Amino acid sequence: MASMNMIQALNSGMDIMLGKDPAVVLMGEDIGYFGGVFRATEGLQRKYGEHRVIDTPIAEGGIIAAAIGMSVNGLRPVAEIQFADYIYPGFDQICSELARIRYRSAGDFYAPVTIRTPCGGGIRGGQTHSQSPEGIFTHVSGIKVVMPSNPYDAKGLLITCIEDDDPVVFFEPKRLYNGPFDGDPNKPAVPWSTHPKGQVDEGYYRVPLGKADIVRGGSAVTIITYGTMVHVAAAAAAAMRVDAEIIDLRSLVPLDVDTICSSVKKTGRCIVAHEATRFSGFGAEILSIIQEECFWYLEAPIQRVTGWDTPYPHAFEWEYFPGQARVGTALAAVMGAA
Amino acid sequence: MNNQSRLHLPKAPARPGEAPDFSYVQLSPAGAVRRPDINARARDMMELSVELVRVLDDAGDAVGPWHPHLDPGDLQVGLRHMLLTRIYDDRMQRMQRAGKISFYIRSLGEEAVSVAQCMALRPGDMLFPSYRNQGVYITRGIALVDLMCQLLSNTRDMCKGRQLPVMYHSKAGNIFSISGNLATQFPQAVGWAMAAAIKGEDHLAASWIGEGSSAEADFHHALLFASVYQAPAILNVVNNQWAISTFQGYAGGEQRSFAARGPGYGMAGIRVDGNDFLAVYAVTQWAAERARTGAGPTLIELVTYRAAAHSTSDDPARYRAKNDHEHWPLGDPVLRLKQHLIKLGEWSDARHQALTAELEALVASSWKEATAFGTMSEGPRLNADLMFEDLFKEMPEHLKRQQALMRAERR
Repeated sequence: MASMNMIQALNSGMDIMLGKDPAVVLMGEDIGYFGGVFRATEGLQRKYGEHRVIDTPIAEGGIIAAAIGMSVNGLRPVAEIQFADYIYPGFDQICSELARIRYRSAGDFYAPVTIRTPCGGGIRGGQTHSQSPEGIFTHVSGIKVVMPSNPYDAKGLLITCIEDDDPVVFFEPKRLYNGPFDGDPNKPAVPWSTHPKGQVDEGYYRVPLGKADIVRGGSAVTIITYGTMVHVAAAAAAAMRVDAEIIDLRSLVPLDVDTICSSVKKTGRCIVAHEATRFSGFGAEILSIIQEECFWYLEAPIQRVTGWDTPYPHAFEWEYFPGQARVGTALAAVMGAA
Repeated sequence: MNNQSRLHLPKAPARPGEAPDFSYVQLSPAGAVRRPDINARARDMMELSVELVRVLDDAGDAVGPWHPHLDPGDLQVGLRHMLLTRIYDDRMQRMQRAGKISFYIRSLGEEAVSVAQCMALRPGDMLFPSYRNQGVYITRGIALVDLMCQLLSNTRDMCKGRQLPVMYHSKAGNIFSISGNLATQFPQAVGWAMAAAIKGEDHLAASWIGEGSSAEADFHHALLFASVYQAPAILNVVNNQWAISTFQGYAGGEQRSFAARGPGYGMAGIRVDGNDFLAVYAVTQWAAERARTGAGPTLIELVTYRAAAHSTSDDPARYRAKNDHEHWPLGDPVLRLKQHLIKLGEWSDARHQALTAELEALVASSWKEATAFGTMSEGPRLNADLMFEDLFKEMPEHLKRQQALMRAERR
């Protein structure tokens, strides 16, 4: 085991897969010689050569389309989209193509492409460097959608995604790259070396898709979340001394419905938290499933904690971000309805 | 698989530790390129996309058919705008380093692009700039205080706190809002130009993108629509050689010039020395006349060099040769125009120093005025209620509810 931040863990995952499988190639803007604007691919072109770690033009639609073609011809591309906010020029290639190649060819063709992309706010990125568009992609049938909340999971999930024969959009909450973040921007940054999940196996290992992680066991309320909000929700529950069971979904598609429902049936109360906007957000899907599966166990209406339904404003980053106060309001509501 | 690969990969000419190498830049002597009639057809002037229009020679004299014969007073105005752009950039870079603003992008070495092109256009022409075109705001007379308040996201911010620094706009100045996503404005400019044609007006639209962004599909949409409808548009590719760490060869500049995309779509394409104020002015004026007289759109490739980092988040020492911009064969746009004006007897080192001091004082006093409207760390602050406004013309109920929740949360 070694202490790693999320960038180092992702780098290690790609390093291992490049070494293990000659079909794996990395591609993206600034990822080769430079090692990526967030340094996720640092040193990998030097180690594996520029034919395996490929710099590309600034053309997200081209990157994803080329990755599809390469994958159909036997490679296993890992494409980086520099910010999730820049993924939309590739939207048609993801939704109409990548998601359906296996389906429309009755399994004769398939496209094992992993798209890595940093998401989320909290870095003063304004409206074009802060978005969390995971719900747009969970709505498209045929794509797996993953978002880790810590270095250990990030590496294990990424390896699983690269080995997966289906396409995956792998969202990396960039506020968590260097350390866990409890939602308070005024506190000194905490490095991953202080967190148990910052201890990462240096070798090959997998974290399965479709298996949520119960970050903290509890009996009073279930908080279902993923990405940055895992840490914010845990801090808010601790501050309010609520015995919350905190579930980190890790993979949104496929979704671990069993873990969600067993927990809600046990606690009878539930909050769903994500940084993305609220309206038609992924939280709405979770709420529907709980309503269908756990209705008779619920002691209170389910609460949602989300970003507001606006673009991510540069000057009001912390008024926008669903911090501990917003989680606290939801906790008070769901507990108060006893 | 690795050692068998036959894939071609473009090479950057010089990486850190290597000597700068600009032998790949195809140059033409100043004055050597012909100036076709403004009604010439794209297919009859293909050489313009290969050669390089230059007016100022190495001695600082203006030569050849593209010499725009500007009044020395206009040249002095151009020099002033370029110098102000540079001094403004330098100061704002330092304010970012001091933690006063969150982010900044300089246009060091590329000032002639925005200033000369903007001066060659009319105030009614609509501009769709990129994030390295601050010179167009300065040339159109937007007050520095207004630009600075945007950088500060303060109570007088034209964007009401919603945009990253440098994503300005000016409704009154006919300068469209900058997106932050790349190349999106290029086909929008063509649409604006199509509307001008539909309405029978003789305004044109001009847009700028980097050579790196020209890889995006939107670049190709722009050229296609401009060509199909012969829209009155000037489409500018600012080839500053680098897209963050990615050399222009990766945007498709290795096999053929960016200007050559124009003839490929059936429109004029012309390559110009982007650090030559006179050449940039002349080419833009020519393209504007073509647009206004119905001769069609023009794609201009401005060959220049990004002398600074991509942004305050970037460190070019990691990926390109040290001090390479000092070896750039087309020199520095400010120094070249200064040299020309001195040669004309219309400028001097003493006047240049005095102007520099005057503009530094202007930038300093503007900053003081701007910060009185608030900074990121010190009040007054914008009201966070503004976050919910302007998403729609009228705020829907769900946003009103969220606005009330946000207020309660802040108490």
